[in-house]
Amino acid sequence: MQLNLSPNIADPDGFYEYLVDSQREMGDEAANRMNARLILILANHVGDARVLREAIRLAATSGGRPD
Amino acid sequence: MFQTYSYPEYAYVPSAEQVEGRTMRHPVVIIGAGPVGLTAALDLAARGVPCVVIDDNNTVSVGSRAVCYAKRPLEIWDRLGLADRFIDKGISWKVGKVFFGDRQVYQFDLLPEGGHKCPAFINLQQYYLEEWMVEAIAAHPRIDLRWKHKLISLRQEGDHAILTVETPDGIFAMEADWVIACDGANSDTRRMVGAEFTGQFFQDRFLIADIVMKADFPTERWFWFDPPFHRNQSALLHKQADDVWRLDFQLGWDTDPTEEKRPEKVIPRVKAMLGDDVEFELEWASVYQFACRRIGQFRHGRVLFAGDSAHQVSPFGARGANTGVQDIDNLAWKLALVLKGQAPESLIDSYHDERAFAADDNLLNSTRSTDFITPKSAASRRFRDAVLDLAGVADFAKPLVNSGRLSAPTPYANSALNTADAGEWAGRMSPGTVCADAPVTVRGKPDWLIRHLGQGFTLLSFGDAETVTANGVTALPLMVGRDLDDAEGLVAARYDGKPGTCYLIRPDQHVAARWRSFDPAAIAGALARACGAEGAL
Ligand SMILES: Cc1cc2nc3c(=O)[nH]c(=O)nc-3n(C[C@H](O)[C@H](O)[C@H](O)COP(=O)(O)OP(=O)(O)OC[C@H]3O[C@@H](n4cnc5c(N)ncnc54)[C@H](O)[C@@H]3O)c2cc1C
Repeated sequence: MQLNLSPNIADPDGFYEYLVDSQREMGDEAANRMNARLILILANHVGDARVLREAIRLAATSGGRPD
Repeated sequence: MFQTYSYPEYAYVPSAEQVEGRTMRHPVVIIGAGPVGLTAALDLAARGVPCVVIDDNNTVSVGSRAVCYAKRPLEIWDRLGLADRFIDKGISWKVGKVFFGDRQVYQFDLLPEGGHKCPAFINLQQYYLEEWMVEAIAAHPRIDLRWKHKLISLRQEGDHAILTVETPDGIFAMEADWVIACDGANSDTRRMVGAEFTGQFFQDRFLIADIVMKADFPTERWFWFDPPFHRNQSALLHKQADDVWRLDFQLGWDTDPTEEKRPEKVIPRVKAMLGDDVEFELEWASVYQFACRRIGQFRHGRVLFAGDSAHQVSPFGARGANTGVQDIDNLAWKLALVLKGQAPESLIDSYHDERAFAADDNLLNSTRSTDFITPKSAASRRFRDAVLDLAGVADFAKPLVNSGRLSAPTPYANSALNTADAGEWAGRMSPGTVCADAPVTVRGKPDWLIRHLGQGFTLLSFGDAETVTANGVTALPLMVGRDLDDAEGLVAARYDGKPGTCYLIRPDQHVAARWRSFDPAAIAGALARACGAEGAL
């Protein structure tokens, strides 16, 4: 399996809205905690170690500005 | 304190060599009579090598140290005739519970695989272990165990070491062909050879308390992350023999160790954990800081490092003594062969190769557990808490919970002593792996496979086999169907045994090589290689 980087979400605006809405009532810390859970849930769904490593690498290096 | 155990005090006996002032050369001198040094003496003696053990103290391990011993060290102690007593006295547990905050998020049952003589592990205080090994040593004519003997300096010549030892009667010198340094994490010997000991220190402290409690608590291991009685830290409750319970509280770095171990501080913590109405007595309390590090080289000339002197791990997963005993399992037969002139000295280098590999595996496991239990940043704490939150609601997160992993032997997968497989094999018994036990019968009586391995090299065969010799070392056949019966079929199942299948098994009960038929020439080659023969490598 390879990390799928082509568009794969049918309704991009709908998904984005759902994601942001889910944290609308949360403070930063609660949202951060939820993000951590979300990452784990999705990571388990993917499962494949190579894909996960590739995704982690991409996320770690694609920040655009130095963090 | 200490209602359940009274410490033996062993007599200092002046040695003839010191009294008479004549320097003697010993084949092996072991520094330190902790669990690793004592096991080394018994293993060497069992293999025909006389040895001297010196220890600067005159009693067993004081206070609360090791509790959990895993199956593999129990098998090694079984080979040395000690395990039954440990298992009888020790506590076996199967159920573990993990709590996060005030909720239980996870419960596991170890469900160890059946058909093994030794349990997955037992809980037993370290002082019992040591006391009973000292007793076994007293009955052994080949072992000379000397208390109140402190190594104060060491110098090496080409083929031996000269030790300066201090006793209540003054200072004298001993010579040794080989020295095994089992003098613990603060090893003096390590300093004397100038060896490196590097790794990671954890900026954290832990309170270890042993209490006597008759209360009807279940025999389970309870681990808390961030419990209401001890906010932001972890805690552990574990049962040992004699109604003694081990409690472990993470304290954090900014705590005063002397203050924290005062009973006035400890008792309220225990009450907060167990509830006000539980009756208990405090036996022992101390504060520890942990490190994960290892020596660069296990061999320095004629000095060999084993146990905590060679590697130090955090106690999550109970690995210290467990791995140390396996160092000895690996070293003793090699040293015996070299001392008998049946193997080249270079065989000893494979001790470093195999056990440094295992130590690195242990350090990795122990560091991973430590990072989970004591996260080092806000971000990693968030992931840790996310795992624990999810473990309460979804199965997938349970295997991610790491409150310490059970110590398991590391296969010597890449060892130069192995002979590579030819053909297809099912199951786990590839070269370098420790032999799986299995129930057998011998002349109709129930027995265990593992008890028939380990005296020397063995040819475990599922067909006809004969003794094979290489460079004076023999491998004796152990034939399934003749010497023992595979009553439940588990030997064949665990070893992928088909008619003719033949395994060459090392004296430390590890697979060296295997074939689908008895081939004396191939076996002799593999036997020579397993003994470090230069040409064979
Ligand atoms: C709180 C705690 C919990 C633990 N839990 C577990 C567990 O559950 N399972 C497990 O397997 N391990 C556990 N360990 C680790 C275990 O206790 C050690 O790994 C084990 O004791 C190491 O044995 P050793 O023989 O290498 O060294 P030690 O036990 O340290 O023995 C070294 C000996 O050498 C002697 N000595 C030192 N210097 C000299 C000298 N110069 N001359 C002569 N003698 C000398 C000392 O007196 C001592 O007797 C735990 C440790 C701690 C602290």
